[in-house]
Amino acid sequence: MRLRTTLAAVGVLAVLLVTGCADDRAEPPVAGDGTGGELTVFAAASLTESFTRIGQDFEAARGVKVIFSFAGSSGLAAQINQGAPADVFAAAAPAPMATVVEAGNAADEPVTFVRNQLVIAVPKGNPDGVTSLRDLTGPDRKVALCAEQVPCGAAARAALAAAGVALTPVTLTQDVKAALAQVRLGEVDAALVYRTDARAAAEVEGVEFPESAGAINDYPVVVLTDAANPAAARAFVEHLRSEAGRAVLVAAGFQVP
Amino acid sequence: MRRSHTRRVPVALLVPATIGLLFLLLPLVGLLVRTPWGTLPQRLTEPGVLTALRLSVQTATLATLLCLVLGVPLAWLLARVPFPGRRLVRALVTVPLVLPPVVGGVALLLVFGRRGLLGSWLDETFGVTLPFTTTAVVMAQAFVAMPFLIIAVEGALRGADTRYEEAAATLGAGRWTTFTQVTLPMIAPGVAAGAVLGWARALGEFGATITFAGNYPGRTQTMPVAVYLALETDLEAAIVLSLILLTVSVVILASLRDRWVGTP
Repeated sequence: MRLRTTLAAVGVLAVLLVTGCADDRAEPPVAGDGTGGELTVFAAASLTESFTRIGQDFEAARGVKVIFSFAGSSGLAAQINQGAPADVFAAAAPAPMATVVEAGNAADEPVTFVRNQLVIAVPKGNPDGVTSLRDLTGPDRKVALCAEQVPCGAAARAALAAAGVALTPVTLTQDVKAALAQVRLGEVDAALVYRTDARAAAEVEGVEFPESAGAINDYPVVVLTDAANPAAARAFVEHLRSEAGRAVLVAAGFQVP
Repeated sequence: MRRSHTRRVPVALLVPATIGLLFLLLPLVGLLVRTPWGTLPQRLTEPGVLTALRLSVQTATLATLLCLVLGVPLAWLLARVPFPGRRLVRALVTVPLVLPPVVGGVALLLVFGRRGLLGSWLDETFGVTLPFTTTAVVMAQAFVAMPFLIIAVEGALRGADTRYEEAAATLGAGRWTTFTQVTLPMIAPGVAAGAVLGWARALGEFGATITFAGNYPGRTQTMPVAVYLALETDLEAAIVLSLILLTVSVVILASLRDRWVGTP
């Protein structure tokens, strides 16, 4: 009898788990001025360092607990369009943002808050003496690029086209951090990443190249329709564009429009 | 009387069993429901899809062969040869079963990568680099699939009657002859079961592959990697790729599992 009760309890628990998982987010206590509660921000992988910093400032100033999900912009856009719970979306290019807007998931008009430019990430000290995109095309050169499905890959493709350089990468990564990781590990000789990513990694230095001017990425940010905490979301977007927010972003290597 | 006895299934078991079944099957149903059947033929013949599928089948098959060549002797050693630390070795060879595949990929990279323990030596001596090659895909797949084979073969060896091997030995057969003529035929079903499970596991491998082998179409982009990347932009493409992978896995498992893995 006791076993039966236990089994029944397990069954009930299983039902509760299966049906209850959908809504396990705590009700955020929303105050009118955007203070208090939780804020979920989906942001491009290239914003990891600067947004983490800004998130801490924002938490301290507003008392809002900020939770970040950093990944490739396109993947995040797909997650949002599949109903992932988020308040703010910051993308590394207009294209993934457009899919969110088209799906009716943007509460406002997206605004460009920073711009980013590509550099050639090489190991510290630049052992191969890379100075231009053309230096990446040697037969023994191992280069990592982002897949063209994600913004850094689209930008890399545009920059290579602008330079008239054809190169075969050894791998096409799912986001910019994965490309950078291959340089840090020493598995590739170079990767095309954003200036900000190269600056954030101690083992890596960024080689500027002129053709990157033809592949500047605008970073749009927007408050999402299904935001659980819209007031805090708007306050966060405002904070990004404030003097304090801009200072952090510029220090990370972003350009402010 | 007998009929009512067998039909009396306790609700306490039936309810969780049904939920378990639904939990496992509903995602597969979801895939079928969302499949864009209308555009399926075009999607299937897209060159990228076929390239990834071919690469997946080829690498999974190579990985299974590698598992057979290395795993069967290892399983035999673990089952038949007492040596100090055998328990520990037996536990260690099954670690990849529970290790997150990404961790396996990182570990492979640290050993066979260009700056890795063995990889740097390979690079300097022979100019061979393994990451980002099809070989790396096969290695990643074999790493996660081999424990399946070893467990199946070792189980078969322990279940097999050693008297036949002893008889062969008394009749003058050498160790190798005994192994190939007596032991192997005896445990063939176990080897086949392990190979099928290993093949299916290799086919689905993702984490270790993307970490150790990267992603490049035609060279290292297997079906699971293609699914992951397709999800970034094109949900329909991801669904179609998933459906193919599901179909291949189900066909293989259904046609072979009952024969070799199933209970008599």
